[in-house]
Amino acid sequence: MTQSDFLIPTHTSQRWWHSRSVRRFARHRLAMFGLVMIIVLVLACVFGPWLLPFDDLYIDLRGRFSPPFTGYHFFGTDPLGRDIAARLFMAGRISLLVGFAAMVISTVFGTVLGIAAGFFGGRIGTVLMRFVDAMLSFPNIFLLLAMAAFIKPSPIMITLIIAATSWMEIARIVEAEVRSLRERDFVVAARMLGLSNSHIMFRELLPNAIGPIIVAATLTVARAILLEAYVSFLGYGIQPPLPSWGNMLNGAQQYLDSAPWLAIVPGAAITLAVTSFNFIGDGLRDALDARSDML
Amino acid sequence: MLRYLLGRFWQSLVLLLLVSVIGFAVLNLAPGGPLSQFTLTPGMTQADLDRIASQMGLDRPLPVQYIDWLAHLLRGDWGRSYRDGRPVLDIIWEHLVATLLLMGVSTAIAILVGSWIGVLGALRRYSIFDYAATVGAMVALSIPTFWFGLIAIYIFSLRLRWLPAGNMYTIGDGSLGDYAIHLIMPSVVLALVNIAVWSRYMRTATLDVISQDFVRTARAKGLSSRRVLLRHILGNALLPMITLLGLQLPTILGGALVTETVFTWPGMGRLFLDSLGYSDYPVVMGLLMMSAVLVLVGNLAADLTVAFVDPRIRLS
Repeated sequence: MTQSDFLIPTHTSQRWWHSRSVRRFARHRLAMFGLVMIIVLVLACVFGPWLLPFDDLYIDLRGRFSPPFTGYHFFGTDPLGRDIAARLFMAGRISLLVGFAAMVISTVFGTVLGIAAGFFGGRIGTVLMRFVDAMLSFPNIFLLLAMAAFIKPSPIMITLIIAATSWMEIARIVEAEVRSLRERDFVVAARMLGLSNSHIMFRELLPNAIGPIIVAATLTVARAILLEAYVSFLGYGIQPPLPSWGNMLNGAQQYLDSAPWLAIVPGAAITLAVTSFNFIGDGLRDALDARSDML
Repeated sequence: MLRYLLGRFWQSLVLLLLVSVIGFAVLNLAPGGPLSQFTLTPGMTQADLDRIASQMGLDRPLPVQYIDWLAHLLRGDWGRSYRDGRPVLDIIWEHLVATLLLMGVSTAIAILVGSWIGVLGALRRYSIFDYAATVGAMVALSIPTFWFGLIAIYIFSLRLRWLPAGNMYTIGDGSLGDYAIHLIMPSVVLALVNIAVWSRYMRTATLDVISQDFVRTARAKGLSSRRVLLRHILGNALLPMITLLGLQLPTILGGALVTETVFTWPGMGRLFLDSLGYSDYPVVMGLLMMSAVLVLVGNLAADLTVAFVDPRIRLS
């Protein structure tokens, strides 16, 4: 019952950071590496643009295609002579924010749907889960592009669309968890006390299913950042001049021979961020004893 | 057995119906809709748009449009492309083979390499190799496919000049070797994610099998460790992987879309993006449906294969 240890300390004197789960997480080297990398990335994206001498939108055609470390252009400049480091940090703000917001929305939606399907079961549960199955039958990039192509792509719309195509795994995980908890004694006891359905679902069942949800949510951030990168790379996501890690790579292929840094730098940032979230997710899975089929 | 087959088939049909509703809803509820292609024409008035809408049957209630569309779909009439007026199914058919070729070769690579890494990791649990494979798999899962493709093109085509940077064949040279050379990079790039997934699951599956009694019995009988590995361990560990293959299909298909874009591979993914660019609704719709059909058929095939291959499963 390590999951409930994590949330409801059995001894009031025990602080949450002394709990076994936290200690196990702190010992997980990859997870700590991931956590440090994310903190560094977030700090760089928040403060980086202030520290650099260039604005991310400042165009300098004389200085276009400068290779990395030309003057103060640490990562070089792009085809319009804009500083890539400045764009990278501004893009990071957007990409990380989109990834995080999409995770919050899809986690809340997936959790509510999963709890409802698992708790009520029967016909409601079947219908809801068949809907989940049907959504999962589409390769999510196809669905994402089909939605993104016909709307006006603003960061908020992209976030909503990514959330709309990535809540299904969480719903499945929560449904399975709740279905296995539904007949347990504490739920039966809560029913006998005459507690309302919503109280049982959100106050009794939800805290007991929180471990797998946290793990899945972490992995969803990683996936959402990747999805944003895919759609923006293909030209249907965040639109320039607003930078995102994906759209910085958008025109990079045609300059691959002469200016490979255009492709290398933003891709490395995406990989670093996504790897870090995946490491954290792995550490949480071990720390919370939460098995999950999401990789 | 027959009952299970029918049940499974029935389930897939219901799912397919749901899929068609979702696909239809996504494209028709989007602002703009199929009419958006005409709104940019200079001098187009609302009256003209209304007339076109009624010609195309777009002024009818959505459920009616859906039923009509579904009825045509079932009869094999998937509509005609707005771009060149050809039947959608013909166009998709032409691009399907290229995608299936890419997916097939890439999946074969992923299974071979992934199984090898997974089994080796399980046999030498907690070794440096096992640890490196675990971390490597997580990193591989985090690399955007298109970026990996770009890096591969940069290294192997632009710098080393070993492999072509894109396309399916050199114009004027349709030999088998030419196809093969063009296939190497895209299929390996597409395989990366699946090698990672496959190796993780294979490691778990192998660990499950290794500790079973029949493996100990086989060893106790004095069978060579090679034979135990190949017949007893691999044979049983690969069984659950068939289901995994079915479950991975959406990911592989989605990855194929991105890979095809980077390597200008003339498959369904490129067709999808081209059609999006032209707001070619019927083709986009057809591809969306075709991708879901492929996934559902793949899953059904995987489940049936497991049922036939695994004698422990007596389904009735």
